[in-house]
Amino acid sequence: MEQKRVGMTGNEAVATAFMQARPHVAPAFPITPQTEMMHRFTEYVADGQVDTEMMLVESEHSAMSAAVGAAAAGARTITATSSAGFALMWEIVYVAASLRLPISMALINRALSGNINIHCDHSDSMGGRDAGWIQIYCENAQEAYDHALMSFRIGEHPDVRLPVMICYDGFIISHTAESMHLLPDEAAWKFVGPKKQNPKGYALLDTENPVTVGPLDLTDYYFEHKASQLATYPKALEVIQQVQAEYGELSGREYELFEKYRMDDAEFGIVVLSSTAGTAKEVVDAYRDRGVKIGLIKPRVFRPFPNVMIADALSGLKAVGVMDRSASFGGFGGPLFTEIRNALYGRPDAPMVFNWIFGLGGRDCDPSQIETVADALIGAAAGSAPDPVNLLGVRR
Amino acid sequence: MATSIQELAKRPEGLSAGHRACAGCGGAAVMRQVALQAGPDTVVGGATGCLEVVTSIFPYTAWKLPFIHSAFENSAATISGVETAYRAMKKRGDLPVDRKINFIAFGGDGGTYDIGFQSLSGAMERGHDMVYICYDNGAYMNTGIQRSSATPHGAKTSTTPVGEVKKGREGHRKDLTKIMVAHNIPYVAQTTIFHWKDFHKKLEKALAVDGPAFLNILAPCAVGWGAETHLTMELAKNAVDCNFWPLFEVENGVYKLNKRKKGKLPLVEWLKPQSRFKHLFAEGNEGIIDELQRWVDDEWEKLTRLATQA
Repeated sequence: MEQKRVGMTGNEAVATAFMQARPHVAPAFPITPQTEMMHRFTEYVADGQVDTEMMLVESEHSAMSAAVGAAAAGARTITATSSAGFALMWEIVYVAASLRLPISMALINRALSGNINIHCDHSDSMGGRDAGWIQIYCENAQEAYDHALMSFRIGEHPDVRLPVMICYDGFIISHTAESMHLLPDEAAWKFVGPKKQNPKGYALLDTENPVTVGPLDLTDYYFEHKASQLATYPKALEVIQQVQAEYGELSGREYELFEKYRMDDAEFGIVVLSSTAGTAKEVVDAYRDRGVKIGLIKPRVFRPFPNVMIADALSGLKAVGVMDRSASFGGFGGPLFTEIRNALYGRPDAPMVFNWIFGLGGRDCDPSQIETVADALIGAAAGSAPDPVNLLGVRR
Repeated sequence: MATSIQELAKRPEGLSAGHRACAGCGGAAVMRQVALQAGPDTVVGGATGCLEVVTSIFPYTAWKLPFIHSAFENSAATISGVETAYRAMKKRGDLPVDRKINFIAFGGDGGTYDIGFQSLSGAMERGHDMVYICYDNGAYMNTGIQRSSATPHGAKTSTTPVGEVKKGREGHRKDLTKIMVAHNIPYVAQTTIFHWKDFHKKLEKALAVDGPAFLNILAPCAVGWGAETHLTMELAKNAVDCNFWPLFEVENGVYKLNKRKKGKLPLVEWLKPQSRFKHLFAEGNEGIIDELQRWVDDEWEKLTRLATQA
């Protein structure tokens, strides 16, 4: 299939994917660096390229509330936010997942206040990692575009019925133009297809079969409902892989739950999300050139967390450095570190696992920082282990 | 114009019996009457509060209409999303049904005057074809009778207790109905659960307008007001007769008083049966009643002027 090669920012790319998926309703409130994504999307609406009903609401709380209402009514629904905007949505973010409403949201990663900072880190989306959404972290505009298209197939799948968050790094990806490929509109629409309604027919607009959505749910049933929700996530992992495989055949871009880069014979591994993985690959290449057997794991799907597969990929290594672009204040390491180390626990061939917190508030992560991680892993294998949790790129 | 009570009595119930509202609950009467008038092609949203708690405990529901509850402060935003979905799906031919659906968002005074105020203002400003109904009982009753910005001056609540120094709610209630008028929406009205003819006439108008409408309905809470449960309707009536809660409507910006006073009921007659005002009758607290009376008279004068100008 002929795919147009374009220069687009991450925000433009995701806006284009959303336009191609023809959502019925788009409630949103502006926040940097999400703004440009909605600018572009509203331009598509203004030009008649998509007939989505925009809801230019008065806050992110209302954006997510309206998204819940629209999705409960059966509409394909999108929104987008960052940082404090996501924090303001918080309460309803959980409601969206618990009511099993497929909503696609672009989460353009930005640090949380305070102090106020508009640049990238993952403290916003990581805070929402237990809210029940599917979370996909994207390295670049191409990945963000592709997964934004896939998000509808994943979230609306009858075995899933969950909201999906497409996370990409604020400014680094959202505002940086890249060379990338777009599916033709028709091919994208053929892949995404019309909104799949709940096969059980529980839509709010079916007044002949009235249903109560979001009732009071106390000690006698709440836990069973949560158990039913919990049982969905392993199925979601399977569906994501099926959708990625189908999309790979269509687009020629193969995706998996996580990317393995030069891991085949690796002794050392770096694990990092999103745009930093691009920089880390350069460092891996440079160390490989020097004969160091090092590789990279880039988780894309962080929720559900593919713990067994990632543990399989890391078992047998000598040392692993997990890089977190968010901190868990008062906790033992960042959220990615916690997942990885937990996944490896009890494995006889588990590697040593260390954590580096980096890039908070948009602090640039240059190759020298990743070299610090790689050198520490090599040192650990030689008997000189770093602290379990370390900071990277901070002035002393 | 109002649907006759005989006709209403024949309609299928939208809110079934067996819900768990207290005896004498004014709010439950509001919901039932609204459901009767709006009919089966209606989607209802409710804020967290007594309304949602007493009608929807899983696996039961009192609603025979589609009902959605999401949170406390977002009833308006949630229903505005449902209404937008309806328009968007209809426009594209994705909705199998083509009949008109009413969209109604409910909130108590807590979910409307206070925590849901921004969500309400946004939904009204955006012009959704929906009716927002506030059932005002003047405090956060569901969480245990705490003060809201609708609590009358001097009233005792759990967070404005009567002590040696403090004597109940200080300051005066917010005039939400006029704030909604300032949104320049097609229809805004104030009524009570007692004045059923006025209530249904206004609800019919609210449902008929193309665009947003707002109804503020006084719905006494026997528990929160500290009154005998059989007095609910009488308290709603007397609130109007003493001018505390005037009946009026504003159609396209034009004010109209719906019931002129003919020999006003003294304010104390409304206050007396309510234990939340009991302390006002203790020696030394006369000034509180005077202040409440002053406020009632001032507000009445302002409203009369607005209605006369029209």
